Parts: sequence; structure tokens; C-alpha cells
Amino acid sequence: MEHIPILKVGDFLLVTIQVDMHDRLVMQLQDDVCQRVVKDKAKGVLIDISSLEVVDSFIGRMLGTIATMTKTLGAETVVVGMRPAVAITIVELGLKLENVHTALNVDRGIALLQSLVYQKDAMQ
Amino acid sequence: MIVVKTEVHALHSSDDITMVRQKVRKVMQEAGFSLVDQTKMVTAASELARNTVIHGGGGKVSINVVENDGHVGIQLIFSDKGPGIPDIDKALQDGFTTGDGLGLGLGGAKRLVHEFAIDSKVGQGTKVEIIRWR
Repeated sequence: MEHIPILKVGDFLLVTIQVDMHDRLVMQLQDDVCQRVVKDKAKGVLIDISSLEVVDSFIGRMLGTIATMTKTLGAETVVVGMRPAVAITIVELGLKLENVHTALNVDRGIALLQSLVYQKDAMQ
Repeated sequence: MIVVKTEVHALHSSDDITMVRQKVRKVMQEAGFSLVDQTKMVTAASELARNTVIHGGGGKVSINVVENDGHVGIQLIFSDKGPGIPDIDKALQDGFTTGDGLGLGLGGAKRLVHEFAIDSKVGQGTKVEIIRWR
């Protein structure tokens, strides 16, 4: 069974998608991220899509679902590195990604995750 | 409009959807389309290929390089012998879905291309034709 690698970095999980994912792999990633959030007690998930040449409605839905699922488990998700051509295309496609935090690159994504998680920690 | 080049691929599994994305990307690169044009067409192809596999029960796609008055375009024709679409207008609306998708497939694909035509007969199948000009 193929898997997208998930790396643990401190309190965060780092997912770098480097292949053109077929639909089963997309569904597998959804499951894997949720399992790992619980297993590693992660507070945040960073998904780097800078290698993705296409985000269609199926992959877009997966990103939204991962964000919602991890939030339900108590972890924030930030998607980083979207290519300009992909951004232009998904807006025309009608994909909104409204519930997904995004950042330009990994550095800014980590900073955003830290602020999201830190704010939440401070409130508790 | 004349067809300069054509290739046909079978569509039966989720691996075939990935394959179509790669084939369309390659044909568009060779025909000199911009990166944004390529991305839009490949995304539309991915949506329609998934419809063919999931809703049409499998089928095929023709990837054609076409020319009209010196203009170069890429034409994709998706066809299946599936159940057909009873209400095409409804199927083109955003948010309409019979599967577990977002309901952006048909309508979304239509917005990403210059020409869009759909022919569907209940019990006989569906054919969707799209063109993007360079």
C-alpha cells in the first residue's frame, strides 16, 4: 500500500506531497494524517503542496476534510506552497477552501501554525 | 476545424484519471500552451475523467490537437456507456452531486474551458466535449 510520508517536527506534523496523487492515495492520506495526529499528539499539521501541479475538486475536498478532521481532534492544519497557476485555476473551478488556513511557504506556514496553536494554548 | 493529432485512452480506474492528467499535460506542453492554460485544462480533464470512471462506469477519452483558421486548440472528448444524466441543467449547477464529490465537476470544468458540449441519453451514456484554444 502506498503512503505519503508524514514527518513529526516538534508538536507539528509535516506532510510534503511530491507525487500526482490518484484518488485512493488521497483518501489514504486523509486517514493517515488523522491517525498520526492522535498517535503523535500533534498540535498542528503543515501540508506542503508546492509540488502539486493540479488541485482538482477531489484533492481540494480532501484538504478541507483534513482541516476539519484535525480541528475536531484539536490540531490546526495549514496548507502551504500553492502554485500561482493552481490558485488561478481553483478559483475559476469554484473551489473555495474556506475552512483551510493557507500560507505562501513553509516558513510562513510554521509561523501561522505557531500563532494558531499558541493562541489556543494561552486560552486554555 | 481540423484534427491534427489524436490519441485515445481507456478510463476505468482512479489510476487512469492520473494518467489522463499526465497525457493532457504533455500534449498541451508540446502544443505550446501557457502554464495557466495547461493547469486549467488538466484540472477540467481530471474532473471529467472522474465523472466517466465513477458515474459512467468507465469509458474512454480522445485527446485531440485541433486547428481552426490557424488557431490551435486542444479538444478532449469523454464518452461512456453508463446510465446517462436525466437532467443536464441540474447536473451543471454547482453543488449538485449524486456521489460524494463537491458537485463542482461538470460546472467547474465548463468554466475552465472555451467550448463545452454535453450529450447524454438516459440508459445509453454520456459524451462531453471540451476545447481550450491557445
